[in-house]
Amino acid sequence: MATYAAPVPQVAAHSVEREQRGFMSWLTTTDHKRIGIMYMVLTFVFFLLGGTEALMIRLQLGAPENTLVSPQVYNQLFTMHGTTMIFLFVVPMMAGLGNYFLPLMIGARDMAYPRLNALSFWLLLTGGAVFYASIFWNPPEAGWTSYVPLANAFFSPGGGEDAWIYLIHLTGLSSILGAINFYATTANMRAPGMSWGRLPLFIWALLTYSVLIIVAMPVIAAAVTLLLTDRHFGTHFFDPAQNGSALLWQNMFWFFGHPEVYIMVLPGFGIVSEILPVFARKPIFGYKAIAASTVSIGFLGFLVWVHHMFTTPLPIIVLIFAMLASFFIAVPTGVKIFNWIATLWRGTIEFKTPLLFCVGFLSLFTIGGISGVMLAVIPVDWQLNETYFVIAHIHFVLMGGAVFTIFAGIYYWFPKITGRMLNESLGKLSFWLMFVGFLATFLIQHVIGLDGMPRRVYEYESVGHLTLYNQISTVGSFILALGVLATVINVMRSLKVGAIAGPDPWKANTLEWFTPSPPPVNNFDTIPRIRSVEPMKDIRREVEQRASGVPAPGRATVPAGATQVGV
Amino acid sequence: MSHLLPTTLAFFTPQSGASPNANEINDLYKIVLYVGLVIFVGVEGALAYALYRFRARKGAVAAQIHGNTRLEIGWTAAAAVVVTALAILTVVKLSSIQSPPNSGPTGDTLVGEGNGELYATADRHLPPNGKALKIKVVARQYIWQYVYPGATKADELGAPYSYEEMVVPTETTVSLDIVSEDVVHSWWIPALGGKFQAVPGYHNYTWFKISKPGLYRGQCANICGRGHARMIATVRAVSPTEFDAWLAERKRLIEEANTDAAHEREALNKQTGPGQVENP
Repeated sequence: MATYAAPVPQVAAHSVEREQRGFMSWLTTTDHKRIGIMYMVLTFVFFLLGGTEALMIRLQLGAPENTLVSPQVYNQLFTMHGTTMIFLFVVPMMAGLGNYFLPLMIGARDMAYPRLNALSFWLLLTGGAVFYASIFWNPPEAGWTSYVPLANAFFSPGGGEDAWIYLIHLTGLSSILGAINFYATTANMRAPGMSWGRLPLFIWALLTYSVLIIVAMPVIAAAVTLLLTDRHFGTHFFDPAQNGSALLWQNMFWFFGHPEVYIMVLPGFGIVSEILPVFARKPIFGYKAIAASTVSIGFLGFLVWVHHMFTTPLPIIVLIFAMLASFFIAVPTGVKIFNWIATLWRGTIEFKTPLLFCVGFLSLFTIGGISGVMLAVIPVDWQLNETYFVIAHIHFVLMGGAVFTIFAGIYYWFPKITGRMLNESLGKLSFWLMFVGFLATFLIQHVIGLDGMPRRVYEYESVGHLTLYNQISTVGSFILALGVLATVINVMRSLKVGAIAGPDPWKANTLEWFTPSPPPVNNFDTIPRIRSVEPMKDIRREVEQRASGVPAPGRATVPAGATQVGV
Repeated sequence: MSHLLPTTLAFFTPQSGASPNANEINDLYKIVLYVGLVIFVGVEGALAYALYRFRARKGAVAAQIHGNTRLEIGWTAAAAVVVTALAILTVVKLSSIQSPPNSGPTGDTLVGEGNGELYATADRHLPPNGKALKIKVVARQYIWQYVYPGATKADELGAPYSYEEMVVPTETTVSLDIVSEDVVHSWWIPALGGKFQAVPGYHNYTWFKISKPGLYRGQCANICGRGHARMIATVRAVSPTEFDAWLAERKRLIEEANTDAAHEREALNKQTGPGQVENP
């Protein structure tokens, strides 16, 4: 066997055409990376809008019997906040990260359907724009759950409810098309050697996310179509006076609504499963168990929707079934948490910002998981449902579960997307402000709920310590907002002055780090052969061996001379 | 008035102490809370220990472990055992939380009630002797109406009713039939047990049995529109004799008002000239 010479880094020609720049090139792009960036920027803007609405809610509740905003405006605020965070931030942000990284992580040069991919983005933008245009007329005020009959034409005559329906339809269509694209790309365009057992865990999560979207989204689309025809075309699907059923809405909504929770958190689980091994310098513990638990959570997620309806007049046996399913979904979720801690165990943990956000996620999501099991106990739910205990629970699950992982992903992948590092000190400041602010805001809300304060009330009486507890929560929310602001500043600043990242600043495991930062339009000149879940580890080892003149065993992962890797 | 504005509320538990179902929920809640706390301390403790013990230090080398099948099966089984135990516990406790006991010996005698009247629905749980004070809770934007037994005509006409404040006798099992006339509301008096949605077109049922006189306070728990926060409900428990007197007085006042209204309607009907009412 021949001895290898040390690799000479060389620039390969990516394309004969010059890369397009300027406004029109973004408008017409079908490049998954540019679409991904547009997704992430747009959804982050919605995150800031939704966050502003949350701060206004907290300001209103900062004093008992406050008159800062009217009941009407308050109802509009919490409706906009919930809808924005779910439909315009978390779900499409995951789609944005997936758009950017799914092809890179599986060694593909673009998505399977690039133009459909662009359409998904523009549908999202249109849905969000029309929804937010409603603030100049009548924003919706029936809550993000839009229970009928409150959401019907008689009780919500304004156009805001229709803007909400429009948003659900367009973002739903956007998500379905995106999910089909993710699935088709993963099924067909993986690098040679990347069997299902070597798929990165983030991709397993995105696959499950895609299947959940494809199954759940058409149900909410049907539900809002029925609502639309009830509102405008004289049908009576939800009208009890005409033998329609108001409970039908709740069933359809939550059949979508609970899988939606997993649509939001599963990609976050995937991000954590990618980041922890990198910063613990240790392989993921129990790859198969984590992949399998992702899929089983996805399946069980379709059986638990009635746990949102424990206080409705449904037969008790239906409630018991939903309770059992909810208990058992805690098992694969627990398995994941155990596996993540085991990944850290006996590692050498480097406390970089992405890892801090993952640890923040682990500690917060554990609390959300435990309060979730408590809420699954039917009689306990009778006391706690529709109170601030539930508000605390969903924020531990969605903010702790999805938002902290999104921030981990931002800090982890920003160098790949922009070619520059984010500032570590500012990142750590952002993390600690967000973590402390989060706990101050939401931990006390469990107690507010236990003390009997329902959700979605614009005022409360100063009973017991309710005023104090609410003030703690309000102060916490502003600390949390400062933490988010620190990351915004960090991103803006680092775009200009961040340290040059190089292709693989973290010495990570997955294929996106094989490309230069930012990756060229075609992603890969040469697609390496995949031999494990951690292809970059294999490639680094091989390059080291070549450099030291030791022949690499077996087939070369990287064709000699074609390397882009800057080890 | 002691229960109207409690100055201290329990920090870790829901309100209880006024009705057996609320107490039982509280007991169940505590068990679940303790199990949750143990898991919380275990998981967060392991996480904190791992972060401290295995932080990157000079000379430390990460163990290249890919998994441990026995350990993984072990903790999956352990998690399954915990949730199965919780499931069994809840199912066992559920029926006593749902099913009311008989009224106490000092409870109201419920004249005209409980003479074997059967309900077609299996959802309404009545005490073993079938006797309960049945009150219909009618939710509307944004007020609660309570219709008590004692209708003189069909369709509950002539039945005494009250708004916002429900008056009930102590030591008496009260069975509620919760309905809505417009949007979805949710009945909830925290100290008297869980909440139940009032869904138009459906009946929902719950019960309570109050031992001590007092005022118990709650409010609508499901967003029902702009007045949601002010849709207050209170339950005032009084001795059975006081209750009977109160109910008779309500009935008299309502009948009197109905009679007056009937007279006025008649007068209007007979009126000719300006203001004449056109009857179809």
